[in-house]
Amino acid sequence: MRRIINRKPDRHLSLFLALLPFMLLLVAYVVSSEIRLAENPGDKLLPGLEKFSAAIDRLAFQADKRTGNYLLWSDTLASLRRLAGGVLASTVIGALCGVSIGLIPLVRAGLSPLVAVVSMTPPLAILPILFIVFGLGELSKVVLIIIGIAPFLIRDVALRVQELPSEQLIKAQTLGANSWQLALRVVLPQIWPRLIDSVRLSLGPAWLFLIAAEAVASQSGLGYRIFLLRRYLAMDSILPYVAWITLMAYLFDYALRRMQIKLFPWFANERGH
Amino acid sequence: MRQLTRIITTFLIAALFTVAVSAPAFAAEKKRFKLAWSIYVGWMPWGWASDQGIVKKWADKYNIEIEVVQFNDYIESINQYTVGAFDAVTATNMDTLAIPSAGGVDTTALIVGDFSNGNDAIILKNKTSLADIKGQPVNLVELSVSHYLLVRGLETIGLNERDVQVINTSDADMVAAYSTSDVTALVTWNPLVAEILAIPGANKVFDSSDIPGEIIDLTVVNSKTLTDNPAFGKALAGAWYETMQIMSSDSAAGKAARAAMGEASGTDLQGYENQLDATKMFFAAKDGVALATSSELPKTMDMVRGFLFEHGLLGDGAATADVVGIAFPDGQILGDKANVKFRFDTKYMQLAAEQKL
Repeated sequence: MRRIINRKPDRHLSLFLALLPFMLLLVAYVVSSEIRLAENPGDKLLPGLEKFSAAIDRLAFQADKRTGNYLLWSDTLASLRRLAGGVLASTVIGALCGVSIGLIPLVRAGLSPLVAVVSMTPPLAILPILFIVFGLGELSKVVLIIIGIAPFLIRDVALRVQELPSEQLIKAQTLGANSWQLALRVVLPQIWPRLIDSVRLSLGPAWLFLIAAEAVASQSGLGYRIFLLRRYLAMDSILPYVAWITLMAYLFDYALRRMQIKLFPWFANERGH
Repeated sequence: MRQLTRIITTFLIAALFTVAVSAPAFAAEKKRFKLAWSIYVGWMPWGWASDQGIVKKWADKYNIEIEVVQFNDYIESINQYTVGAFDAVTATNMDTLAIPSAGGVDTTALIVGDFSNGNDAIILKNKTSLADIKGQPVNLVELSVSHYLLVRGLETIGLNERDVQVINTSDADMVAAYSTSDVTALVTWNPLVAEILAIPGANKVFDSSDIPGEIIDLTVVNSKTLTDNPAFGKALAGAWYETMQIMSSDSAAGKAARAAMGEASGTDLQGYENQLDATKMFFAAKDGVALATSSELPKTMDMVRGFLFEHGLLGDGAATADVVGIAFPDGQILGDKANVKFRFDTKYMQLAAEQKL
């Protein structure tokens, strides 16, 4: 008998196996929803699928009665601004500090313990301090994302820099490179694709911090809307928002991966893609 | 292929299990009931009555069991009631209409416990008149009674919600938010009001005593459960009004009860009595009956449903505020007569008033 670890699914079976859990979740949802709706046609916990399309239509394609905004789009725009601000700033900080810490022993000795400690501090626990220091506006939300993911990026980049073969640095030095040139010509080009990897991994936490920040004090944003609607158990609007967030997060991840392959083909080859 | 079949079977079993678990139990005559309550001056009696065995005493009298569960999160308690995990819950008139009733769960106001008479307030930083609120950002828990209070307050000076900027702010962070420079105006409830007013420069410019009888605190019960099990309603009313009698008395026992309730809500006897001063408690059942049968109540509910409708909280299919019917004790119905989901019923309070429980 063939061992199970040697049985590889063909294309069709792979596709089927990939879709199966999703289909089962959908079936479980529809059946549970039917049962609850039979009991109470106004049930809000597991609304029927037609409710979702109505909610999506209302949120995405009709102007809100009070504000005149198309809620889904204005929320998405507000959230993406905060997310982009936080992630971009964190990436820059991660690259700068990470390379310095990884490459320069003096900087490493000075900053590494601090970054390690900061990265262990739960950002949500210091939320009240953030508000008092940075106010309740946009800044504090971006700062929460930065505090949440920048330490991770710094540490990861620093480790990647230290992983580079020391022969490379020695060779470059024998060819007359100074520290600045080493950083610019030897280290950074090899760090970029790895940085993309770490940003991909930190996108999940970035969304988490974004939504937490929006839940505390805001006027718009995906997290704001979800927490507001939660007050009224409006699952018909909440679930499409969750699906939308998931879809966007997945697309960002995909885009970053494509970008990595496109910009750094040598890295993808090395990895065997 | 057999492997695949097995995998599929496992998944199907898991799916069916999920369905079975999520199917609600069918209501009929039953013996065990659950009441959810959350911390608020007017609902503290439930926690105390449960601790003192008063709830158990009355449940035993009617040969049933009542489990009293405290929630840290008020909205979560109402949501849990709405999805059917609890038979009764403490809620305001506004939230009852917006969550269970608009969600199709026929709900009866069993006990009209009190109305907020100053417990909810609009606070301005370094300004002393409500008119100064114009153009300011206002921090509050959106869609809560604070939001309603703001709209009612603005109406009194001829403004509306568009004249301010509402910023949704979690109640847990309200006091910290007030200490930042971004926050110049907010609406919240006690004990946060007392805490914020203690900070120099904070001025109360409007509070719920300016709209008396509009923010009503209720103990509500699933109507079907109540119809099938009058014993549950009787036991709750009996336990509640016995507690009311003790806590309203000037005796040592009354003082001890108030002190215990104060402590349970994170303050002390003095702090709790200050909150009671800002609350019109209906210690006597007849006062609760009086509010429920007053001609003011339909007017209040009309304003409340208007607010909810304008903010889209009566459901997406709602073309007008009439979509959910509200029944009053005299048989009058506000809204859709075929879809009555919120009932004010004085039967049990009346029994308590007549000492017939």
